Amino acid sequence: MKFAVLVFPGSNCDIDCYKAVEEIGESVDYVWHTATDLSAYDCILVPGGFSYGDYLRCGAISRFAPVMAEVAKAAEQGKFILGICNGFQILTEAGLLPGALRRNESMKFRCHDTVLKVVNNETPFTREYGKNEEVIIPIAHGEGNYYCDEETLETLKHNNQIVFTYGDNPNGSIADIAGICNERGNVIGMMPHPERAVNTLFGSEDGKRMFTSILKSWRDSHDTASIS
Amino acid sequence: MTQQVSAKEPTAEQIAEQHIYQQMGVSESEYELICEFMGRKPNYTEIGVFSVMWSEHCAYKNSKPLLRRFPTTGPRVLMGPGEGAGIVDIGDNQAVVFKIESHNHPSAVEPFQGAATGVGGIIRDIFSMGARPIATLNSLRFGKLESDRVKYLFEHVVSGIAGYGNCIGIPTVGGEVVFDESYEGNPLVNAMCVGLIDHDKIQRGVAKGVGNPVFYVGPPTGRDGIHGATFASIELSEESEANRTAVQVGDPFMEKLVMESCLELIDSGIVLGIQDMGAAGLTCSSAEMASKAGNGLELYLDQVPQREEGMTPYEMMLSESQERMLFVVEPKDEAQAQEIFDRWGVICAKVGKVTDDGRLKLLHHGEIVGDMPVTALVDECPVYDKPSSVPAYYINSERIDTLRYDEVTDLGGALKQILASPSVASKAWVYDQYDYMVRTSTAVRPGSDAAVVTVNGTRKGLAMTTDCNGRYVYLDPEVGGKIAVSEAARNIVCTGAEPLAITDNLNFGNPEKPEIFWQMEQAVDGMAEACRELNTPVIGGNVSLYNENAGGSIYPTPVVGMVGLVHDIDHITTQAFKNEGDTILLLGDTKAELGGSEFQTILHGVAEGRPPALDLQVEKKLLASVLGAIQSGLVQSAHDLSEGGLSVAVAESCISGGIGAQVHIETDLRSDFALFSESQSRILLSASPEKAEQLKTYIEGHGVPVVRIGTVGGSNLALDINGKNALNESVEALKQVWKDAIPCLMK
Repeated sequence: MKFAVLVFPGSNCDIDCYKAVEEIGESVDYVWHTATDLSAYDCILVPGGFSYGDYLRCGAISRFAPVMAEVAKAAEQGKFILGICNGFQILTEAGLLPGALRRNESMKFRCHDTVLKVVNNETPFTREYGKNEEVIIPIAHGEGNYYCDEETLETLKHNNQIVFTYGDNPNGSIADIAGICNERGNVIGMMPHPERAVNTLFGSEDGKRMFTSILKSWRDSHDTASIS
Repeated sequence: MTQQVSAKEPTAEQIAEQHIYQQMGVSESEYELICEFMGRKPNYTEIGVFSVMWSEHCAYKNSKPLLRRFPTTGPRVLMGPGEGAGIVDIGDNQAVVFKIESHNHPSAVEPFQGAATGVGGIIRDIFSMGARPIATLNSLRFGKLESDRVKYLFEHVVSGIAGYGNCIGIPTVGGEVVFDESYEGNPLVNAMCVGLIDHDKIQRGVAKGVGNPVFYVGPPTGRDGIHGATFASIELSEESEANRTAVQVGDPFMEKLVMESCLELIDSGIVLGIQDMGAAGLTCSSAEMASKAGNGLELYLDQVPQREEGMTPYEMMLSESQERMLFVVEPKDEAQAQEIFDRWGVICAKVGKVTDDGRLKLLHHGEIVGDMPVTALVDECPVYDKPSSVPAYYINSERIDTLRYDEVTDLGGALKQILASPSVASKAWVYDQYDYMVRTSTAVRPGSDAAVVTVNGTRKGLAMTTDCNGRYVYLDPEVGGKIAVSEAARNIVCTGAEPLAITDNLNFGNPEKPEIFWQMEQAVDGMAEACRELNTPVIGGNVSLYNENAGGSIYPTPVVGMVGLVHDIDHITTQAFKNEGDTILLLGDTKAELGGSEFQTILHGVAEGRPPALDLQVEKKLLASVLGAIQSGLVQSAHDLSEGGLSVAVAESCISGGIGAQVHIETDLRSDFALFSESQSRILLSASPEKAEQLKTYIEGHGVPVVRIGTVGGSNLALDINGKNALNESVEALKQVWKDAIPCLMK
C-alpha cells in the first residue's frame, strides 16, 4: 500500500504523518502541492500546519492548489483521504466534507491530550476501534470549532458520518464533533492528531490504529478486487 | 566620492554641528573615533550604520570584558560564541546547536510582535548555521500579575510566542515564567532555540571569495524596526511608546518558507557563507560576513527588494524587517540557488559582491552613498571597563536576620499559598497555547524539570531548560549566578541527561550605574565558576542591558539555557511519582535558609538577606550520583528542590503523578523552615521498594547525604515532622489551587 503526504507551503505536520506511516511499516512519499497526478497512491494524507500562513481563512487558499483537483478525483475513485487539523480545514474548504472550522471558543490556541469517543467504528479509518471506545489523541489548533447548520447536522447524524466526538469539548464544536466523514465513508477529516499518537514514548499510541485500519481496509478491498 | 543625500537628511556637517549622532546613541568620543577611522565626517547613512554596529546589542561594548571571563571551550564544543549560535558534539557525526536571545524592549512596547519576532530571530540564528531547529524554549518575566497592564503584556507575549512558533512548526517545549514587581514596566522576553546538525553541514557567516555574488533572501525590506538595535540599548521611557516603528513585524509563514529553502540550499553544498539579518539588518550581516572573511563587500541598494517606495539607503541599511538572510555562492552556482528559492516561492536577489578592499561600499542610484572600513565597523568599537561599586543594599543585607519571622504554624495553608503564587503555580495556561508536540519528538512535555526531545533515528534525546532566580541574584549576584547554572544542571540531570553546555542571556539594568556593573561582574564570576566546575561551557548568548523602569533596575537576571544529552531514551525520567508503595528519598542537606525564598516573599512580603549558599563541590557530587543512579535504572522519579523548598517539590511530584505520599521528617529545624527552606543541592527521588536500598547505598557511595523520607501512595499528601502531623491535604485540593491560580487571575 502506498501513502501520499501532501505538502503545501506552510504544512508542518507533514513530517508527523510521514513518520506515522513509517511506524506501521508502509511506503510513503511527500507530494508537493503542485502535483497533478496522484494515481500512484492508495491513501492521501492532508497534514496539519498553517498552509499559506492561514491567511484569508484556514485552508481557503490551499483548496486552489493544483493537487486539490487530484484529491477530489481520488475521492471520487473511492481512495482513502484523511485530513488532519489544517488538512480537515482544507477538505471542508474544498467541499469534500461539509461544514466549517471556526476559531476556538476560548479564542486561544489549545494544545493538549483529549479523550475522543469513536462514534463510528465502521469507516475504513476506524474499524480497529471498538464502538464508543474512548481513546487519547492530542489536539493542537486555534480554529477547530466545527460548525454546520442544523440540517447538515441531522444528515451527519442520520448517515452516521460523525466519527469522533470529544469527551470534554475543547473548542466549542457543535455536537462535540471532533471528526466526520463523507457519506461514502472514504474521506475523513478530524481536528485531533492521530499521527502524533503512535508511540507511548510521546504520550499515547491510540492513534496508531487509524493507520492500521486504513491498511486493513485497503488489503480487504485489494483482495476482493483481485478475486473479482 | 559624491555625496548623494536626500533632502530631508542632514549633511555630514550638520550631523557634526548639531551632534545628531547623539540621538543615535553615539557618544562624543565615539563620534571623534569614527571620524578618525573614516578620515572625514560620516554622512547620515554612514553614521547610522556605525551607530548600530557600535551599539551594545551588536558590539557588546559594555559587557565584552565580562564575557571573556566565561569558559567557552571543552572537548565537545565544536563552535563557541561568535557565530549565529554555538555547537556541541553529541556523537555519531551529529551536534546540537543552540542559543538564547532577548527581545525585552520591543515586547514592552508591542508585546505580541516583540515576542513573536524574538522567536523568529532566534530560529534564524539556528538554521543559518545549517541546523534543523527542533525545539524552542522561553524565559519570561513580568510584573506582579495584578494590574491590567501586566496582564495585557503577559497575555500578548504568550500569544506572540504561540503565534510564531505554532505556525512555523517548531515545538515550544519548555521555559519559565516569573512574576515579580521588579519587572513592572520592563518585562523580560528571552527566547531559545535548539537545532540538530550533522558535523559536515556546519555553516559560517563568511563572505568568501573575492568577486563572488552576495544574495538577499526573504521578504522585501520595509521601514520597520529601524534602529531596533539602538532601541534595545537604551532605557525605556515614556517616549518608547512613540518608538513603535523600532518594533518589527513578524511573518512566521514566510520564515517557514525561508527556513525550508535555506536548509535545502545548505544541503545542496554550494553555500560558501550564510548569515541571518537580525539586529541591525543588512548592516550587521554584511559587515560581519565581510569581516570574518577579511574581505570587503559592495552592496547595490537598488537591487534590494523593497516593500515601500522611495526608501533611502539609511532606511534600507537600518531596517530590521524580519525573515531575511544573506548568503554567498560561487557565480557558477547562482542558477542552482535561484531554482531552489523559486520553487519555494521565496524572493532571492543578487544585491552585492565580495571585494578585496576591506570596505563596506553602498551604491544607490549610481552613486556611492556610503564607504566605510569593515574592521572599524566590526572590531574597533571601543570597549568600556565600567566603574563598579558595591551597592549599599548588599552591604546592609548581611545584617538582616532572615530567621526572625514569627513561626508560621498553618503549614498546609502556607503550602497552598505558595502553590497559588503565579510564579510557582501551573503554567498550563501558558504552554497549552504552544504546540509543544509538533514533529512528534517531545518525550517530556512542558511542566517537568526539563523538556526532552528525542533525536530521530537514534536512541538519544536532548534535555533542555531555562533557569534563573533573579531574587537570589539580586541578593548576592555571585551566589545567584552559581545557583542559576547549578539549578539548570540539576533540572537536566533529573530528566536523565548529562549536562553539555549553556547559552546565557544577561538581563541587567543600566551598566553606567556602578552598582549595576558590580552586579554584572559578580554574577558573571559566579556563573563562570559554576560552568567550569560542572563542565558546562558557555557556547553563546546575548546581553540585554538598560532594563530599567520607574522604580529603578530590574532584578539582575542572567538566564541560563542549558542542554543535556540523554544517552538512551530508557533513562528519561520525570518528576511525577509513579507507583503506590515507592520509597521517597531526599538527597542533600536542609538548612534554615530563607533569604530570597518564595516563602519569605509570599508569607512575609519581603525579599531580603542573603540567598541560600551553594558549594559547587557538593553540587557536583549530587549531580554525578543522581545521573548515575538514573542511568543504572534505580530511579522512578526525580525532582529538583527549588522555589518553595521540600514541601512544594513533594506536592509537585504528587500532583503530576496524581498520587499522594506519606512523608516523615526528622529535623532540628523549626517546622516552617524545614518545609520551605530553599537550601541548594537537594533532589527528591523515588524508587521501587525493592531497589530503594540499593539506590540509597549508591547515592551514599558518592558522598551525598540521603535519607528515606516516606512512601508514595494514597490520595493525600500527609507530612509529619518529628512524629507530629505538620500537614495533611488531599492531592486533588492542592492540584486545584495550583492549577487554577493563573487562569483565575487572567479571567
